[in-house]
Amino acid sequence: MRKETGSYQPYSYFQLMEISLRELLVEKGVVTEDAIAGAMAAMRERGPERGAAMVARAWLDPAYKARMLADGSRAAEELGFEVPGLRLIVVENTSDTHNVIVCTLCSCYPRMLLGLPPEWYKSRPYRSRVVREPRKVLAEFGTKIPPKVQIRVHDSNADMRYMVLPLRPAGTERWSEERLAGLVTRDCLIGVALPQIPKKPKSRKS
Amino acid sequence: MTLEKLGTVPLYGVGARVRVRRAAPLGHIRTPFYIRGHAGVVERICGAFPNPEELAQQRDGLPAQPLYRVRFRQKDVWPGYRGGASDVIELEIFQHWIE
Repeated sequence: MRKETGSYQPYSYFQLMEISLRELLVEKGVVTEDAIAGAMAAMRERGPERGAAMVARAWLDPAYKARMLADGSRAAEELGFEVPGLRLIVVENTSDTHNVIVCTLCSCYPRMLLGLPPEWYKSRPYRSRVVREPRKVLAEFGTKIPPKVQIRVHDSNADMRYMVLPLRPAGTERWSEERLAGLVTRDCLIGVALPQIPKKPKSRKS
Repeated sequence: MTLEKLGTVPLYGVGARVRVRRAAPLGHIRTPFYIRGHAGVVERICGAFPNPEELAQQRDGLPAQPLYRVRFRQKDVWPGYRGGASDVIELEIFQHWIE
Protein backbone atom coordinates (compact mmCIF):
# COMPACT_ATOMS: atom_id res chain seq x y z
CA MET A 1 0.00 0.00 0.00
CA ARG A 2 1.26 3.45 -0.92
CA LYS A 3 2.03 5.64 2.03
CA GLU A 4 -0.05 8.80 2.04
CA THR A 5 1.38 12.05 3.24
CA GLY A 6 -0.30 14.94 5.00
CA SER A 7 -3.96 14.76 5.97
CA TYR A 8 -5.18 13.66 2.56
CA GLN A 9 -7.18 10.44 2.73
CA PRO A 10 -7.93 8.55 -0.48
CA TYR A 11 -11.54 7.62 -1.10
CA SER A 12 -12.55 4.12 -0.15
CA TYR A 13 -13.77 1.74 -2.84
CA PHE A 14 -17.44 2.34 -2.03
CA GLN A 15 -17.06 6.11 -1.70
CA LEU A 16 -15.46 6.17 -5.12
CA MET A 17 -18.24 4.02 -6.55
CA GLU A 18 -20.91 6.32 -5.06
CA ILE A 19 -19.26 9.45 -6.47
CA SER A 20 -18.80 7.87 -9.91
CA LEU A 21 -22.41 6.69 -10.05
CA ARG A 22 -23.75 10.04 -8.84
CA GLU A 23 -21.69 12.00 -11.37
CA LEU A 24 -22.80 9.69 -14.16
CA LEU A 25 -26.47 10.08 -13.24
CA VAL A 26 -26.11 13.87 -13.19
CA GLU A 27 -24.16 13.88 -16.45
CA LYS A 28 -26.82 11.79 -18.18
CA GLY A 29 -29.58 14.01 -16.84
CA VAL A 30 -31.28 11.29 -14.76
CA VAL A 31 -31.08 13.44 -11.62
CA THR A 32 -29.78 16.89 -10.81
CA GLU A 33 -27.32 17.93 -8.10
CA ASP A 34 -30.12 20.03 -6.61
CA ALA A 35 -32.49 17.05 -6.43
CA ILE A 36 -29.82 14.99 -4.62
CA ALA A 37 -29.05 17.80 -2.18
CA GLY A 38 -32.78 18.26 -1.58
CA ALA A 39 -33.34 14.57 -0.89
CA MET A 40 -30.39 14.52 1.53
CA ALA A 41 -31.68 17.59 3.35
CA ALA A 42 -35.16 16.04 3.62
CA MET A 43 -33.65 12.86 5.03
CA ARG A 44 -31.67 14.79 7.63
CA GLU A 45 -34.82 16.67 8.62
CA ARG A 46 -36.79 13.54 9.42
CA GLY A 47 -36.30 12.34 12.95
CA PRO A 48 -37.79 10.05 15.56
CA GLU A 49 -40.19 12.84 16.63
CA ARG A 50 -42.60 11.44 14.04
CA GLY A 51 -42.65 7.99 15.61
CA ALA A 52 -42.86 9.57 19.07
CA ALA A 53 -45.95 11.54 18.01
CA MET A 54 -47.61 8.32 16.84
CA VAL A 55 -46.83 6.60 20.14
CA ALA A 56 -48.21 9.48 22.23
CA ARG A 57 -51.41 9.51 20.16
CA ALA A 58 -51.76 5.72 20.58
CA TRP A 59 -51.33 6.05 24.36
CA LEU A 60 -54.21 8.54 24.49
CA ASP A 61 -56.52 7.17 21.82
CA PRO A 62 -57.26 3.39 21.91
CA ALA A 63 -59.01 3.55 18.53
CA TYR A 64 -55.91 5.10 16.94
CA LYS A 65 -53.75 2.47 18.63
CA ALA A 66 -55.89 -0.30 17.12
CA ARG A 67 -55.55 1.27 13.67
CA MET A 68 -51.80 1.66 14.16
CA LEU A 69 -51.34 -2.00 15.09
CA ALA A 70 -53.44 -3.03 12.09
CA ASP A 71 -51.66 -0.79 9.55
CA GLY A 72 -48.65 1.23 10.71
CA SER A 73 -48.10 3.12 7.44
CA ARG A 74 -51.70 4.31 7.29
CA ALA A 75 -51.52 5.41 10.93
CA ALA A 76 -48.43 7.49 10.09
CA GLU A 77 -50.26 9.12 7.19
CA GLU A 78 -53.21 9.82 9.47
CA LEU A 79 -50.95 12.15 11.48
CA GLY A 80 -49.83 13.87 8.30
CA PHE A 81 -46.48 12.08 7.85
CA GLU A 82 -45.68 11.19 4.28
CA VAL A 83 -44.12 7.73 4.18
CA PRO A 84 -43.98 6.71 0.50
CA GLY A 85 -43.10 3.07 0.05
CA LEU A 86 -42.94 2.32 3.76
CA ARG A 87 -44.66 -0.90 4.89
CA LEU A 88 -44.68 -0.39 8.63
CA ILE A 89 -45.54 -2.98 11.25
CA VAL A 90 -45.90 -1.58 14.78
CA VAL A 91 -45.18 -4.09 17.54
CA GLU A 92 -46.60 -3.47 20.98
CA ASN A 93 -44.77 -3.88 24.26
CA THR A 94 -46.96 -5.21 27.08
CA SER A 95 -46.31 -6.20 30.67
CA ASP A 96 -45.51 -9.71 29.32
CA THR A 97 -43.68 -8.90 26.08
CA HIS A 98 -40.75 -6.73 25.06
CA ASN A 99 -39.95 -6.11 21.38
CA VAL A 100 -36.64 -5.15 19.81
CA ILE A 101 -35.82 -4.43 16.16
CA VAL A 102 -32.75 -5.33 14.10
CA CYS A 103 -31.79 -5.86 10.49
CA THR A 104 -29.24 -8.67 10.43
CA LEU A 105 -28.66 -8.50 6.67
CA CYS A 106 -27.99 -4.78 6.29
CA SER A 107 -29.51 -1.76 8.04
CA CYS A 108 -33.23 -1.69 7.13
CA TYR A 109 -34.92 0.91 9.30
CA PRO A 110 -38.13 2.95 8.96
CA ARG A 111 -36.17 6.01 7.73
CA MET A 112 -39.29 7.64 6.33
CA LEU A 113 -40.54 7.82 9.88
CA LEU A 114 -37.50 7.82 12.18
CA GLY A 115 -34.84 9.43 9.99
CA LEU A 116 -31.33 8.03 9.72
CA PRO A 117 -30.47 5.01 11.85
CA PRO A 118 -27.81 5.39 14.55
CA GLU A 119 -24.34 4.05 13.79
CA TRP A 120 -24.62 1.20 16.31
CA TYR A 121 -27.78 -0.06 14.60
CA LYS A 122 -25.72 -0.62 11.45
CA SER A 123 -22.77 -2.18 13.29
CA ARG A 124 -21.94 -5.86 13.03
CA PRO A 125 -21.80 -6.41 16.80
CA TYR A 126 -25.40 -5.17 17.29
CA ARG A 127 -26.74 -6.98 14.25
CA SER A 128 -25.12 -10.30 15.08
CA ARG A 129 -25.55 -10.26 18.86
CA VAL A 130 -29.05 -8.93 19.48
CA VAL A 131 -30.60 -11.92 17.69
CA ARG A 132 -28.81 -14.53 19.80
CA GLU A 133 -28.32 -12.82 23.13
CA PRO A 134 -30.94 -10.05 23.22
CA ARG A 135 -31.10 -9.83 27.01
CA LYS A 136 -27.37 -9.26 27.29
CA VAL A 137 -27.36 -6.61 24.57
CA LEU A 138 -30.38 -4.84 26.09
CA ALA A 139 -28.65 -4.85 29.49
CA GLU A 140 -25.67 -3.14 27.86
CA PHE A 141 -28.08 -0.39 26.80
CA GLY A 142 -29.19 -0.20 30.45
CA THR A 143 -32.45 -2.00 29.75
CA LYS A 144 -33.01 -4.93 32.11
CA ILE A 145 -35.91 -7.13 31.08
CA PRO A 146 -37.25 -9.44 33.83
CA PRO A 147 -36.79 -13.18 33.01
CA LYS A 148 -40.55 -13.79 32.97
CA VAL A 149 -41.09 -11.19 30.23
CA GLN A 150 -40.94 -12.66 26.72
CA ILE A 151 -38.49 -11.01 24.35
CA ARG A 152 -39.45 -10.81 20.71
CA VAL A 153 -36.63 -9.98 18.33
CA HIS A 154 -37.80 -8.71 14.94
CA ASP A 155 -35.38 -9.16 12.08
CA SER A 156 -36.46 -6.77 9.32
CA ASN A 157 -34.86 -8.97 6.71
CA ALA A 158 -37.16 -8.30 3.74
CA ASP A 159 -39.88 -5.81 2.76
CA MET A 160 -41.48 -4.71 6.03
CA ARG A 161 -40.15 -2.14 8.50
CA TYR A 162 -40.77 -2.15 12.24
CA MET A 163 -41.35 0.24 15.09
CA VAL A 164 -41.94 -0.53 18.77
CA LEU A 165 -44.93 0.88 20.63
CA PRO A 166 -43.51 1.12 24.17
CA LEU A 167 -45.55 0.80 27.35
CA ARG A 168 -46.78 4.08 28.74
CA PRO A 169 -44.90 4.71 31.98
CA ALA A 170 -46.86 4.86 35.22
CA GLY A 171 -47.19 8.34 36.67
CA THR A 172 -48.00 10.01 33.35
CA GLU A 173 -51.75 10.18 33.86
CA ARG A 174 -53.19 13.54 32.76
CA TRP A 175 -50.05 14.34 30.75
CA SER A 176 -50.58 16.16 27.46
CA GLU A 177 -49.92 14.44 24.16
CA GLU A 178 -46.94 16.68 23.53
CA ARG A 179 -45.41 15.98 26.92
CA LEU A 180 -45.92 12.23 26.47
CA ALA A 181 -44.23 12.36 23.05
CA GLY A 182 -41.22 13.95 24.74
CA LEU A 183 -40.65 10.70 26.67
CA VAL A 184 -40.35 8.59 23.53
CA THR A 185 -36.78 8.51 22.28
CA ARG A 186 -35.40 6.93 19.14
CA ASP A 187 -34.01 4.05 21.22
CA CYS A 188 -37.48 3.39 22.69
CA LEU A 189 -38.84 3.04 19.16
CA ILE A 190 -36.10 0.52 18.27
CA GLY A 191 -36.73 -1.32 21.53
CA VAL A 192 -33.35 -0.97 23.23
CA ALA A 193 -34.67 1.52 25.79
CA LEU A 194 -37.83 2.18 27.79
CA PRO A 195 -39.45 5.60 28.22
CA GLN A 196 -38.11 7.18 31.40
CA ILE A 197 -39.75 9.95 33.37
CA PRO A 198 -37.01 12.49 34.00
CA LYS A 199 -36.13 12.63 37.67
CA LYS A 200 -36.90 15.98 39.20
CA PRO A 201 -33.69 17.84 39.89
CA LYS A 202 -33.16 18.28 43.59
CA SER A 203 -33.93 21.86 44.43
CA ARG A 204 -33.71 23.60 47.77
CA LYS A 205 -37.30 24.80 47.61
CA SER A 206 -39.10 21.46 47.28
CA MET B 1 -50.23 -4.59 -4.41
CA THR B 2 -52.79 -7.16 -3.37
CA LEU B 3 -52.66 -10.90 -3.48
CA GLU B 4 -55.86 -10.99 -5.51
CA LYS B 5 -54.47 -8.81 -8.30
CA LEU B 6 -51.36 -10.90 -8.63
CA GLY B 7 -53.16 -14.18 -8.40
CA THR B 8 -50.46 -15.54 -6.08
CA VAL B 9 -52.04 -17.86 -3.58
CA PRO B 10 -50.51 -18.17 -0.13
CA LEU B 11 -50.18 -21.86 0.66
CA TYR B 12 -49.98 -21.39 4.42
CA GLY B 13 -52.32 -19.70 6.85
CA VAL B 14 -51.69 -17.90 10.13
CA GLY B 15 -50.74 -20.48 12.76
CA ALA B 16 -49.35 -22.97 10.25
CA ARG B 17 -46.08 -24.65 11.20
CA VAL B 18 -43.53 -24.13 8.43
CA ARG B 19 -39.89 -25.01 7.89
CA VAL B 20 -37.36 -22.79 6.10
CA ARG B 21 -35.46 -24.52 3.30
CA ARG B 22 -31.89 -25.41 4.08
CA ALA B 23 -30.15 -24.30 0.92
CA ALA B 24 -27.25 -22.07 -0.05
CA PRO B 25 -27.89 -20.63 -3.51
CA LEU B 26 -25.70 -17.80 -4.72
CA GLY B 27 -27.01 -14.28 -5.18
CA HIS B 28 -28.95 -11.65 -3.27
CA ILE B 29 -30.83 -13.74 -0.69
CA ARG B 30 -33.05 -12.16 1.96
CA THR B 31 -33.27 -15.36 4.04
CA PRO B 32 -30.49 -15.18 6.63
CA PHE B 33 -28.31 -18.26 7.03
CA TYR B 34 -29.06 -18.57 10.74
CA ILE B 35 -32.73 -19.36 10.14
CA ARG B 36 -32.35 -21.82 7.26
CA GLY B 37 -33.52 -25.31 8.21
CA HIS B 38 -35.51 -24.08 11.24
CA ALA B 39 -39.24 -24.49 11.83
CA GLY B 40 -41.60 -21.83 13.13
CA VAL B 41 -45.21 -20.69 13.05
CA VAL B 42 -46.78 -18.20 10.63
CA GLU B 43 -47.59 -15.07 12.64
CA ARG B 44 -49.09 -13.06 9.78
CA ILE B 45 -49.13 -12.81 6.00
CA CYS B 46 -47.50 -9.54 4.96
CA GLY B 47 -48.72 -9.55 1.37
CA ALA B 48 -46.93 -10.52 -1.83
CA PHE B 49 -43.71 -8.95 -3.05
CA PRO B 50 -41.52 -9.36 -6.13
CA ASN B 51 -38.84 -11.96 -5.54
CA PRO B 52 -35.74 -10.01 -4.39
CA GLU B 53 -33.42 -12.66 -5.81
CA GLU B 54 -34.86 -11.92 -9.26
CA LEU B 55 -34.97 -8.14 -8.76
CA ALA B 56 -31.25 -8.21 -7.98
CA GLN B 57 -30.70 -9.71 -11.44
CA GLN B 58 -32.60 -6.84 -13.11
CA ARG B 59 -35.65 -9.04 -13.71
CA ASP B 60 -39.21 -8.17 -12.68
CA GLY B 61 -39.45 -10.68 -9.81
CA LEU B 62 -42.92 -11.75 -10.88
CA PRO B 63 -45.01 -13.61 -10.00
CA ALA B 64 -44.76 -11.93 -6.61
CA GLN B 65 -44.13 -14.29 -3.73
CA PRO B 66 -46.32 -14.35 -0.64
CA LEU B 67 -44.29 -13.05 2.30
CA TYR B 68 -44.87 -14.52 5.74
CA ARG B 69 -43.94 -13.27 9.15
CA VAL B 70 -42.71 -16.43 10.88
CA ARG B 71 -42.13 -16.76 14.62
CA PHE B 72 -39.37 -19.09 15.84
CA ARG B 73 -38.52 -20.12 19.39
CA GLN B 74 -35.10 -18.80 20.31
CA LYS B 75 -34.09 -22.02 22.03
CA ASP B 76 -34.80 -23.90 18.78
CA VAL B 77 -32.69 -21.47 16.75
CA TRP B 78 -29.64 -21.08 18.98
CA PRO B 79 -28.11 -24.09 20.74
CA GLY B 80 -27.55 -23.19 24.38
CA TYR B 81 -29.73 -20.05 24.15
CA ARG B 82 -29.60 -18.23 27.47
CA GLY B 83 -32.76 -16.31 28.11
CA GLY B 84 -36.44 -16.91 28.72
CA ALA B 85 -37.86 -20.18 27.42
CA SER B 86 -40.65 -18.19 25.79
CA ASP B 87 -38.30 -15.81 23.91
CA VAL B 88 -38.90 -15.71 20.17
CA ILE B 89 -37.41 -14.29 17.00
CA GLU B 90 -39.48 -13.28 14.00
CA LEU B 91 -38.42 -12.99 10.38
CA GLU B 92 -39.98 -12.43 6.99
CA ILE B 93 -39.84 -15.59 4.90
CA PHE B 94 -40.83 -15.73 1.22
CA GLN B 95 -43.02 -18.64 0.20
CA HIS B 96 -40.38 -20.10 -2.10
CA TRP B 97 -38.11 -20.46 0.94
CA ILE B 98 -40.65 -22.62 2.79
CA GLU B 99 -40.63 -26.37 2.31
